Amino acid sequence: MLDKTGFPLEMTGEDTPMVSFRKVRKSYGALTVLDDLDLDVSAGEMVSIIGPSGSGKTTVLRMLMTLERINGGVIYVDGKPLSHMPKGGQLVPANERHLRSRRADIGMCFQHFNLFPHMTALENCMEGPVQVLGLSKAEARDRSEELLEMVGMISKKDQHPSRLSGGQQQRVAIARALAMRPKVMLFDEVTSALDPEVIGEVTNVIRQLVSEHNLTMLMVTHQMGFARDISDRVCFFYGGRIEEQGPPAELFGNPQRERTQQFLSAVREAV
Amino acid sequence: MFDWKWDFTWEILPRLVYATGNTLIAAGAGYVIAVVLGLMLALAQRTPSRALTFTVREFVEFIRSTPLILQIFFVFYVGPQFGVRLSPWMSGMIAIGLHYACYLSEVYRGGIESVPKGQWEAAIALNMTTAQKYRRVIIPQAIPPALAGMGNYLVGIFKDTPMLSVIGVAELIHTANAIGSENYRFLEPYTMVGIIFLAISLPAAGLIRLFEGYVRRKLGL
Repeated sequence: MLDKTGFPLEMTGEDTPMVSFRKVRKSYGALTVLDDLDLDVSAGEMVSIIGPSGSGKTTVLRMLMTLERINGGVIYVDGKPLSHMPKGGQLVPANERHLRSRRADIGMCFQHFNLFPHMTALENCMEGPVQVLGLSKAEARDRSEELLEMVGMISKKDQHPSRLSGGQQQRVAIARALAMRPKVMLFDEVTSALDPEVIGEVTNVIRQLVSEHNLTMLMVTHQMGFARDISDRVCFFYGGRIEEQGPPAELFGNPQRERTQQFLSAVREAV
Repeated sequence: MFDWKWDFTWEILPRLVYATGNTLIAAGAGYVIAVVLGLMLALAQRTPSRALTFTVREFVEFIRSTPLILQIFFVFYVGPQFGVRLSPWMSGMIAIGLHYACYLSEVYRGGIESVPKGQWEAAIALNMTTAQKYRRVIIPQAIPPALAGMGNYLVGIFKDTPMLSVIGVAELIHTANAIGSENYRFLEPYTMVGIIFLAISLPAAGLIRLFEGYVRRKLGL
């Protein structure tokens, strides 16, 4: 069923994407950051977003996390509208209540980790499950310790973030997001604030997630080699639009568009 | 030249100590009101309701721009005309609590605004409710930077309790005045009041600094 502007109230069927941006527009005043973005991400797919700064790539993740309101179009998660809610057969902008009910499917890791400084690593991971999901402390602790084990941070579980290195904080942040059991994980330049020698410890955790879990992931990154290694698809953003997208081998090995070629050669020169 | 009488000093000391107790109670109760109400005033200025934000902000500005003594008179003398009949003690604590609540709300506001934007975003990413965001994430981080200001106002409220003497609260100044007029001697009672204020304010300021350091360590900041 479509609403009168032509957007489906719900997406159904076998091939329903986990995440779907339909004609999504975002602007700040006169500045258009994203222009009629159409992007589907299948369940279990790992999509990397690359592009020059200011191309709108981080905005894509922030809109999906509902940190930014959109100015046009509709975002769907798992077939149901996220940015909008159905009301009387129409899609109207979502209220906070609707956002809370849909946001549970999405988790996010930030460039600057954003761990809660007044809580230990373990408490950071337990916070969401206990407060938001209503788990018992014991359940939340088990779940959190398991995840801290997975990211290799169990030995530091009682440390506050101020005592941890950037790479360690980012690994805790990944565990904290996973503890909410999201269907979609967003990684927003998670290695950009790290010293070069600790980038590997974070990318290895993400590699492990890709190989062992069936999470849908969107990742904004400047690590071209990493994106090439682990992505199912790479999207090159330019000027608020997807300039080119495809499997990493094709996009990196044989880019079709001139802007993609320019960007990739500029990045290669910088390394 | 100095005509200090020690036996008179000892004689009046118990009354002054008793009045010190009253002063501390007035300051303490006023401060509790200020701490709680101040936080509410700070949070009320952050709601989506523009009308509420505007009203609260203007109220805070009004209280901060008028003398405390006027507010004390208002609660005590004007209140009854509106059917609010309060004892000097109650009036005094409400007036002083309200007055300092407005100052503390600004301290809290500064503390809340000092919490980085990323903390709010992390709380949203964990799908917290507004109440959970404030209670679990924002306020615990807003308090430590606010502690210095909160401590200053604790000493401030203590030093302002003599204002309550004007409506007959038997705090230190009121008691010293009474002793002075009964005995026609003011040197000893007023000197002692000064010493008592000093003896409480100075260590209090030091203790507040220690407490601030303790809280920061406790929160891992």
